[in-house]
Amino acid sequence: MTPILEMRGITKSFPGVNALENVNLSVRRGEIHALVGENGAGKSTLMKVLSGVYPHGSYTGGIHFEGEERRFRGISDSEKLGIIIIHQELALVPQLSIAENIFLGNEQSRFGIIDWSLVETRTRDLLRKVGLSDPPSTLVTDIGVGKQQLVEIAKALSKQVKLLILDEPTASLNESDSAALLDLLLEFKEHGISSILISHKLNEISRVADSITILRDGCTVETLDCHGGAVTEDRIIRGMVGRALADRYPKRQPRIGDVLFEVRNWSAYHQLHADRQMIRNVNLNVRRGEVVGIAGLMGAGRTEFAMSVFGRSYGKRITGQAFMEGREIDVGTIRRAIDNGLAYVTEDRKHYGLVLGDDITHNISLANLGGVSRAMVIDDMAELAIAGDYRRRLNIRCSSVSQQTVNLSGGNQQKVVLSKWLFSKPKVLILDEPTRGIDVGAKYEIYGIINQLADEGKGVIMISSEMPELLGVCDRIYVMNEGRFVAEMPAAEASQERIMRAIMRNGALATSDMDGEKSA
Amino acid sequence: MSTQTVLAPSGGDAGSLKLFIKKHLREYGMLLSLIAIMIFFQIMTNGTLLKPLNLTNLVLQNSYIIIMALGMLLVIVAGHIDLSVGSVVGFIGALAAVMMVQFKIHYIPTTLICLLVGGAIGAAQGYWVAFFKIPSFIVTLAGMLVFKGLSLALLAGQSVGPFPVEFQKLSSGFIPDVFGGASIHVTSLLLCVVVPAILIALNVRNRLNRQKHGVEQEPLVFFALKNLVLASVVGYLGFLMSSYKGLPNVLIIMFTLIALYAFVTMRTTIGRRIYAIGGNEKAAKLSGIATERVTFYTFINMGVLAALAGLIFAARLNTATPKAGVSFELDVIAACFIGGASASGGVGRVTGAVIGAFIMGVMNNGMSIMGVGIDWQQVIKGLVLLAAVFLDVYYKNKA
Repeated sequence: MTPILEMRGITKSFPGVNALENVNLSVRRGEIHALVGENGAGKSTLMKVLSGVYPHGSYTGGIHFEGEERRFRGISDSEKLGIIIIHQELALVPQLSIAENIFLGNEQSRFGIIDWSLVETRTRDLLRKVGLSDPPSTLVTDIGVGKQQLVEIAKALSKQVKLLILDEPTASLNESDSAALLDLLLEFKEHGISSILISHKLNEISRVADSITILRDGCTVETLDCHGGAVTEDRIIRGMVGRALADRYPKRQPRIGDVLFEVRNWSAYHQLHADRQMIRNVNLNVRRGEVVGIAGLMGAGRTEFAMSVFGRSYGKRITGQAFMEGREIDVGTIRRAIDNGLAYVTEDRKHYGLVLGDDITHNISLANLGGVSRAMVIDDMAELAIAGDYRRRLNIRCSSVSQQTVNLSGGNQQKVVLSKWLFSKPKVLILDEPTRGIDVGAKYEIYGIINQLADEGKGVIMISSEMPELLGVCDRIYVMNEGRFVAEMPAAEASQERIMRAIMRNGALATSDMDGEKSA
Repeated sequence: MSTQTVLAPSGGDAGSLKLFIKKHLREYGMLLSLIAIMIFFQIMTNGTLLKPLNLTNLVLQNSYIIIMALGMLLVIVAGHIDLSVGSVVGFIGALAAVMMVQFKIHYIPTTLICLLVGGAIGAAQGYWVAFFKIPSFIVTLAGMLVFKGLSLALLAGQSVGPFPVEFQKLSSGFIPDVFGGASIHVTSLLLCVVVPAILIALNVRNRLNRQKHGVEQEPLVFFALKNLVLASVVGYLGFLMSSYKGLPNVLIIMFTLIALYAFVTMRTTIGRRIYAIGGNEKAAKLSGIATERVTFYTFINMGVLAALAGLIFAARLNTATPKAGVSFELDVIAACFIGGASASGGVGRVTGAVIGAFIMGVMNNGMSIMGVGIDWQQVIKGLVLLAAVFLDVYYKNKA
């Protein structure tokens, strides 16, 4: 089949670095082409070249789309030809309706006056294609991330898309939404729409991709054809990191001690809807040197539970008790929770974890300014020394500890957040999706840090949506669904099937339970 | 320092020097533009700008703006704004006048009460901003109207004055000369030598300390040049003022406050917390910082400084008028933004705000001497503000 897109010998450099060097990418008509590589390998840069964010002339090499050489001067040029990119951070206006968002910048109007009935029918049409049944007038802020992603795709369809580029579309979706999205891509394929899928989730790639291009350090490593024979995940990883990772999860000999931290009968209600119970009677304990996982689907209440325990930073009408080393502790404010030995590493490091405009040093000391100051005066030399120390220990790759955190890659940003919480000298760390959006190599390093913490006798509570990760890292796993813990199992006896079964069985149970409440 | 230190690696080669200039262009650029503007007006006014009398006036005219800019910088860094400061200046001036002139209260308790009232005003506004998350723009816009109205009410539409002589000294007084120099103010002169010397000594100590810890810092050439320029400018301007009546009291108050706030913002935990809140409030909160309380404090602080500015301004005019303080907030806010503060919070320096205020002040003064009408002065000042912020954004995007 002829390629719809050929990028040949693309080289793009920024002052001081070659972001892309002689990269080739060829996408056949009607295929799903996966683009993989570690963070910083050049995937996003390549897509920006393709979509015209970096205009013709700012790079060398050629782009051929549908057989002709193209010179895009901006995004509008590439969109006109049907090349649509959907970014990881969705570009929707939350306070506008689905319909308004879909036709934003492309309003269905005559002489500047919008034809609302046309908008309505066209939107319904598009939404049907992506499998959404919400009314077009629904505000985007009122629908979940999964549906928002579908709205973005509907928007792409409205522009007669020929080549759809998705940048980590499933990063913030739960498993069923992810599956639905991938099915949609397969359906588009039947209709002759080609897609480029950027993803860190290798299982998804092996499921849908027809071919896989691997980038490493700004160069094309290889393009694998998935039809010629099975491409294993290990094969992809080897291409990405340039070596075979013997094991994706570093081994640890658990030395588990007494119960360190315990939560009893924890309940909490929704932040805004005070009658909606989010957390129902949760009991949890973690022992010294133990890594405890909390599995569950998106929306199960894991983050809400963790944040409500950590200084009541989420929820209303919180009840329950928390114990540290057998003594009941006060976790009523974040400060007190920290002082009592808790740390919470957020799932959203950009919005809740880092002061992006500030440097590494200041971010690391933020949760424990008392540790670098005397009588409120900061000892900046001590602060720098501490930052340097964590930089070495956690292998934070940066030009200096005075570098702004906004310029770090995802994995290194996560290490800065971890450093901050390690410096607050916690006894128990709650890690919420600690490896979200970071590449395989950095993930391995983070697992190593988690193991080290456990070896030092700390307790670790890890929330993750990636079940293999929980199975690989944890000693014991709680399964959460609809705000309650529905199962608990040693990792040795756990499997993805067992976890899913626990969720499904209790999901049905919980729903009938809720119905009962409504009728009562 | 010996020649050996000059050759030390921290001095760097030409390449790193260039890189350094590029990286810190903004910081030095502002100081250089201030000096350039001063030279420009010195020439255009045939040397009137730096005449001792005019220089003293320049300080007196801008002291209250600078003092408020210190508080405003913290408010802006925390991600807020305070539009009410001009009205607070007028209100506090009116309050002081009523207390001292109509009720004959001694000037010391009056001053204390006025500062407390300023703090209370800041607290009243900060309360809504910090704990109820009402946008500061709206809260302080309301405050602006409220306190403008209250000062009118207090003064019953009249001007009230004059103030007791001791109180006037706050603004028009000069520090006493313990040496009794005849043609020149010896104490002032001494201060102008001692203070820069102390500053340089502190800078050198700091630099050596950093060097010991192997911290990357500015090239030695820059360090030396910066300190030399700083010392000679301060020394020279001080000398000029000493040859008139000496250093004004206000100047001493102002410099003490500048030093204090520079220290607070750069080296204390409260300063760090304010920057963190402005940079990312959610992250700061999840790091255990009581974001509401810190925000509340920045507004109290602003209120106290606005009250101090109100007292100084009233003392300078020697009467409280209903029109006092009108549109001061604009000059104060402009000073912060010219000085490199970011409207979205988290970024800004005390030295920047002070230089920004001086740039505005020198332009006001210079253009007045040149006989530029108040109409065109406003146009030019507006354009300078826009240009400064444009350069800021431009270099940020380029970097």
